[in-house]
Amino acid sequence: MHPAFSIILFTTLSGLGYGLAVVLGLGFLDPSLLSTKLAYLASLALIGIGLLSSLLHLGNPQRAWRALSQWRSSWLSREGVMAIATFVPLTLNATLVIFTDRYDAILGLIGVLGALVTVYCTSMIYASLRTVGSWHTRLTPLCFILISLAGGLLLAGAFAGGNALMVELLALAVILLALIAKMVWRNRATTLVPVSTPESATGLGFIGKVRLFERPHALDNYLTREMGFRVARKHAAKLWVVAFFFGAILPILTLLIAMAAGSGPTAQLVLVAGVVAHFLGVFVERWLFFAEAKHAVMNYY
Amino acid sequence: MTSLPQNRTAKRLGLVIDLDVCVGCHACVISCKEWNTGGYGNALSDQDPYGGDVSGTFLNRIHSFEVVPEGGQIIGEAGDARVVHFPKSCLHCEDAPCVTVCPTGASYKRAEDGIVLVDEDKCIGCGLCAWACAYGAREMDLAAGVMKKCTLCVDRIYNETLKQEDRVPSCVRTCPVNARHFGDLGDPNSDVSIMVAERGGFDLMPEQETRPTNKYLPPRPRTCLSDSAPIIPLAENTEGARGFFAWLDKTLDRI
Ligand code: SF4
Ligand code: SF4
Ligand code: SF4
Repeated sequence: MHPAFSIILFTTLSGLGYGLAVVLGLGFLDPSLLSTKLAYLASLALIGIGLLSSLLHLGNPQRAWRALSQWRSSWLSREGVMAIATFVPLTLNATLVIFTDRYDAILGLIGVLGALVTVYCTSMIYASLRTVGSWHTRLTPLCFILISLAGGLLLAGAFAGGNALMVELLALAVILLALIAKMVWRNRATTLVPVSTPESATGLGFIGKVRLFERPHALDNYLTREMGFRVARKHAAKLWVVAFFFGAILPILTLLIAMAAGSGPTAQLVLVAGVVAHFLGVFVERWLFFAEAKHAVMNYY
Repeated sequence: MTSLPQNRTAKRLGLVIDLDVCVGCHACVISCKEWNTGGYGNALSDQDPYGGDVSGTFLNRIHSFEVVPEGGQIIGEAGDARVVHFPKSCLHCEDAPCVTVCPTGASYKRAEDGIVLVDEDKCIGCGLCAWACAYGAREMDLAAGVMKKCTLCVDRIYNETLKQEDRVPSCVRTCPVNARHFGDLGDPNSDVSIMVAERGGFDLMPEQETRPTNKYLPPRPRTCLSDSAPIIPLAENTEGARGFFAWLDKTLDRI
């Protein structure tokens, strides 16, 4: 599948933002601190920028509001509805914390639920597509949610600057879990036997082996550009190493260093570096999520 | 509504495509584009039409496949390796995943005849329906930013201003070898249903569980080249030559 920049940016940014919202909603950070208030703003900003960037790839973004209407059947619609609905408790929470230093557990938990459900809806847009075998598994939502939580915990740890050992320990655990889930996901994706073949796509398997003789047209079309994007195997392998190293290994190292350094600017700086690495790693992971995905329609090309 | 219709009638309008007779002339591709660029919804745009990187929106395309039986890598050696021309447009699936993923309600399946359509005024051009379709039957029009797909020529088949013989899809009307047939596949007594039953019409990618309405008729078996070889008299064999040719044969042998 074609890795559209705006969609990758959207899932990466909003995933991080919702992950942070979950940590904040659970009340892990002290609401009276300036850093916590900034964290609330950051989470809203990440989610907001992510959502806006998701509009960029639409052919007619001015009609985007229509996408809220089909929540009964469409995961994309559900995602839109949940994203907007979740903004209410998240904004209320942020307002309470920023202006009154107060954390409200009920409101916080509603926000947590909303954030998790929104990330789940995003992942189900992909996981529900039978046409893309590597996405069509429950492991896809699991990875999206774990990666989002891992990023959120790491970012929260960076905001707290080493003053939240609990958050750092959780970050360590969830990054490891996310890493394992993603490795299982990728192992499944690379060993997957495709359900559809050129033989089933043409129904000509009863004669013999089917291979394309002539395309319908000399050059590319929407379908080959959109579904046919393939990343070279040798590059994909390297990029996975980059994704794992930046997304998991470096953040784990920075967490360990920060815990050893205790609280203070050193810890904070190291953790910020960890967040940046994690963001880059997840960005590459998302890029590959699309670029490596094989669509059933390519059996015709 | 992008939920599939609950109160579907038995009517299932669609196409039956005969892979035995299609000659891959692309006439239906052109007639489809011609009719639909001036008909239902936005025009079917082309990008860089006179440049080096031509591309455009089509609702119907012809692929050509080479089918090689086991051991038939060398043409004529075993089995009948053959080229099959393969027209492909929307199959108007009964369980159309392209419809249920649509967030806006732009994509829908008609309860009364099963035709799958896009209401282009509602489409935001997110492209998700094209991802959901395994058959590549949906293409985003890059000029209009909305999704285009085969309408089963809904603006012809019910169009009472057209002559009766023209009230069929443009591609069906155009095909010079009658490889495309239009009819009600929900009615077991319709011409198309009988044709499907007699010829063993099949679904494309049944494993995608979309239950396509359109059916494909398999290529008929052909005589192998190797089987027909003995029928062709061998030029080496001069036995049975008579008259002038017998004399010529003998004379030439002596030289
Ligand atoms: S062929 Fe594709 S576009 Fe047409 S109804 Fe089936 S899934 Fe939808
Ligand atoms: S591209 Fe248009 S028709 Fe297709 S899913 Fe998006 S809004 Fe619906
Ligand atoms: S039925 Fe009409 S829209 Fe569909 S492929 Fe044929 S000509 Fe094109």
